[in-house]
Amino acid sequence: MLGKLTLSAIPYTNPIVMGAVAFMVLGAIAVLGLVTFLGKWKYLWTEWLTSVDHKRIGIMYLILGGVMLLRGFADAIMMRSQQALAYGHSMGYLPPEHFDQVFSAHGTIMIFFMAMPMVIGLMNCVLPLQIGARDVAFPFLNNLSLWLTVAGAILINVSLAIGNFSRTGWLAYPPLSELHFSPGVGVDYWIWALQVSGIGTTLSGVNFIATILKMRAPGMTLMRMPVFTWAALCTNILIVAVFPILTVTLALLTMDRYLGMHFFTNSLGGDPMMYLNLIWIWGHPEVYILILPLFGVYSEIVPTFSGKPLFGYTSMVYATMAIALLSMLVWLHHFFTMGNGGDVNAFFGITTMIIAVPTGVKIFNWLFTMYRGRIRFTTPMLWTIGFMITFTVGGMTGVLLSEPPADFVLHNSLFLVAHFHNVIIGGVVFGVFAGLSYWAPKIFGFALDERLGKWAFWCWFIGFYVAFMPLYILGLMGATRRLDHYDVAAWHPLFIVAAAGAVIIFCGILFQLAQVAVSIAHREQLRDSTGDPWHGRTLEWSLPSPAPAYNFARIPVVRDRDAFWDMKQRGVDLSASTFVPIHMPRNKGAGIIMAGFALVTAFSMVWHIWWLAVAGLAGVLVTLIRHNFDDDRDFHIGAEEVRRVEGLHGRVHARSM
Amino acid sequence: MNVANEAVAGHAPHARVVHIEHGAHAAAHGATHKQYIVGFLLAIALTVVPFALVMTHSVAGTPLFIAGFAVAQILVHVLYFLHVNGSEQQRWNLTALIYTAIVVGIVMGGSIWIMHHLYINMMPGMMHGSMD
Amino acid sequence: MSESIVMHDGALALKPGYVDHAADALRDLRWSRDAIDFQVEHHHDVAATAQLGFWLYLMSDCLLFSGLFATYSVLSGHTAGGPSGQSLFELPYVLVETMFLLVSSFTCGLATLAMGSGRRNATVGWLALTFLLGLGFVGMEVHEFAHLIAIGAGPSHSAFLSSFFTLVATHGLHVTCGLIWMAVMMATVLKKGLTPSTQSRLNCLSLFWHFLDIIWVGVFSLVYLFGVAH
Repeated sequence: MLGKLTLSAIPYTNPIVMGAVAFMVLGAIAVLGLVTFLGKWKYLWTEWLTSVDHKRIGIMYLILGGVMLLRGFADAIMMRSQQALAYGHSMGYLPPEHFDQVFSAHGTIMIFFMAMPMVIGLMNCVLPLQIGARDVAFPFLNNLSLWLTVAGAILINVSLAIGNFSRTGWLAYPPLSELHFSPGVGVDYWIWALQVSGIGTTLSGVNFIATILKMRAPGMTLMRMPVFTWAALCTNILIVAVFPILTVTLALLTMDRYLGMHFFTNSLGGDPMMYLNLIWIWGHPEVYILILPLFGVYSEIVPTFSGKPLFGYTSMVYATMAIALLSMLVWLHHFFTMGNGGDVNAFFGITTMIIAVPTGVKIFNWLFTMYRGRIRFTTPMLWTIGFMITFTVGGMTGVLLSEPPADFVLHNSLFLVAHFHNVIIGGVVFGVFAGLSYWAPKIFGFALDERLGKWAFWCWFIGFYVAFMPLYILGLMGATRRLDHYDVAAWHPLFIVAAAGAVIIFCGILFQLAQVAVSIAHREQLRDSTGDPWHGRTLEWSLPSPAPAYNFARIPVVRDRDAFWDMKQRGVDLSASTFVPIHMPRNKGAGIIMAGFALVTAFSMVWHIWWLAVAGLAGVLVTLIRHNFDDDRDFHIGAEEVRRVEGLHGRVHARSM
Repeated sequence: MNVANEAVAGHAPHARVVHIEHGAHAAAHGATHKQYIVGFLLAIALTVVPFALVMTHSVAGTPLFIAGFAVAQILVHVLYFLHVNGSEQQRWNLTALIYTAIVVGIVMGGSIWIMHHLYINMMPGMMHGSMD
Repeated sequence: MSESIVMHDGALALKPGYVDHAADALRDLRWSRDAIDFQVEHHHDVAATAQLGFWLYLMSDCLLFSGLFATYSVLSGHTAGGPSGQSLFELPYVLVETMFLLVSSFTCGLATLAMGSGRRNATVGWLALTFLLGLGFVGMEVHEFAHLIAIGAGPSHSAFLSSFFTLVATHGLHVTCGLIWMAVMMATVLKKGLTPSTQSRLNCLSLFWHFLDIIWVGVFSLVYLFGVAH
């Protein structure tokens, strides 16, 4: 009746896991209890869970990313402490089968459920405002994408309490991930979490491309778009191009595991190498999907806090497009050692080296923007400067790894681990924090506490180097990745230093949690009353903070790049005397309901509860068809209401005629 | 009319708001009966010929020819059934299509090239399969 | 009036596409260049945006199939001593199947034309015919699969068979989803008539249907014709 699921799936005998589960369950109960106590269920449902407003959806993505950052970081602390302890006679405290799950969960969570939601969240919050639009092209689809991503995250968290997670790393290479070597449910949890959230991401990609191409304010030609918008466009093109490949590859592995097929098995003609080929065709563009939007964020922050227009806008745009295109031509560098031969390795080694060039162009453009500017060292600017230093180091180690001969020594060593954390933390994570502190006034209506922000930055910055520079050395000394125990004496002190670095980063995270709490507590002092706290250059700063539901009461006509700066130069009056009704999409529950059914289906597939999986799919289909016949899709905000809201922010003046 | 009079009188208001509407969504994107019939007949021809070539074991039934017919028929579908052309309206569709074709080429061509080399180096003596 | 400005509801309005020439146009009326800074009524073309969005989804679906085609290309020779395409594929059968789908693409086009000229019953009629032809295609494909499984050439018997079944069945599954969608659309058209939103969705459906025929061209060429020609 319940497939493979029994009560023994709950890991009673593992105290560490049960502790984590207890923590998670208590946290969930606390949140649910709080909502009940405050009587806010109806509000939560009508204003947030069913919201098709990109601003609210963006905030929910950011919350998801933040929560999963804590979960992924807990995994990191566990790994660092295990490796600091497990030398020689000591086996540490994590048995290998548990350690393997920890590193698999860490990578999967950080990439799919921390970084992607943060990036998509920022794009949701900011993009429509930057192009002068009232929402994205397909607001309901936006809502659905969010909840599909959340469904995937829930599934991964459920795997902690019921059954176990995969032990095959964040990409689950066969033959290890095939049924023969991984007969449990772990790999299945991994597969379905990624499949469900991957569909959400692909739909987001379609949504944002259509938004950028079709919904820009009049006069905003492509070459007048903000660089963040350009970066988002290239990112979403990559998403639409490569996520289907992930979908296929996961599906083929699913066929092997569920239907006994032979795509990647060791027998009857299967070929595990094809899996690596396919997964990295997705996997390499994926890391560019993560970094490109943050390059866009930096391109907004540097001009704003240097008080100068961005140097080399055109070359920036072309560099972004070049990176997006080239990212599809380098994937083999993830498996130089698989036996492809010199010709193939040389081609991909060269393309990998070439892709460093447009990134270099960007760094120089940012530096030239800063040169002779009046720089303000606010928190966003600190994160940006930290990024420029850190990412450059990481990029250089990447170029080092792009040489096949060097890679043969360093492949899958801790050098590699240090490299990708260098660029992901230095690039993506710093960028997310920069973007959050930069756009917080616009998103929430109040800025984040500057002092705590700076302390958080310094802890992250110093902590990162202390944690990962030892890993470069360890890699060169021959230490491979994913070791739960080792016997080389010379490695031990370096692992201890790395663990200390993780603790410093942990302090940074504590400062950030404090920053959130303090900022909310002091929100009246930190309130942004003008809408333009940083003397911004782009259209989102022309709106009140936070932006009203309809974004723009009147759509601005764009004359130049840095559209808002141009408006300020021309003395355009942001106040109005006439208002008209504004057409808005209605909130819908079908998105969260479909995602809920998808979650049921995914969980049932993991545990082989076939009847429930079919029921879940039927639920998705029925909800979709009902949604098709639902005609109540929109409404109007009346002119008087618009006038009232605009008036709250001082954007109304008396009728002149 | 008040507005225009004011302007002519030289008192152009500082920030004027104008009502602008986009034209109604343009009618059919080049879809006519003739297009569908011509496309249909071409597609039939481009289907029957390669089938015939292979079924009669003709010398011309080579992979290259088959691929050529396939590409030609796909173009027929794209032009006559999907109405993708160089017009202003179809510009983004065409761009997206060309980009997709490039990526498909990279995925298929790249995979075949890589896997072929892998087989030569890593699986000596095994059959290579119909890669071309 | 100038060529670019019209009267609309008592106000002066620019004709579409003239925003960037606003200054030139207004110079005719001796307005200052700074006059137009905001639009109040801004209607972006919802139907065109929906078409573009759906087209982008179709492009992603193309890439999904490209992954399957790549896998098939690489694994098609891995028969593990079992049957190959040459021994299994029956080309006359596939030709008939192909014709079902091709004709259904044509009737779908006729449905689109009927919709464009507002003929509701003709639209539903052509859609129904398309549906039947599509159903025939799926039926033939299921029959072929059942036969192959019965003779011991099911998808779990070799990498070649796994990739054959998966590629062809994924296409068949898409066609099936298209049929379900078509049924829903026929019901919608009968219930609500050819409203703008219904027309927009029908346009998307017809894009989907034509695209599936394009994929099938790839399938019958790369899988069946290549398979037998070797």
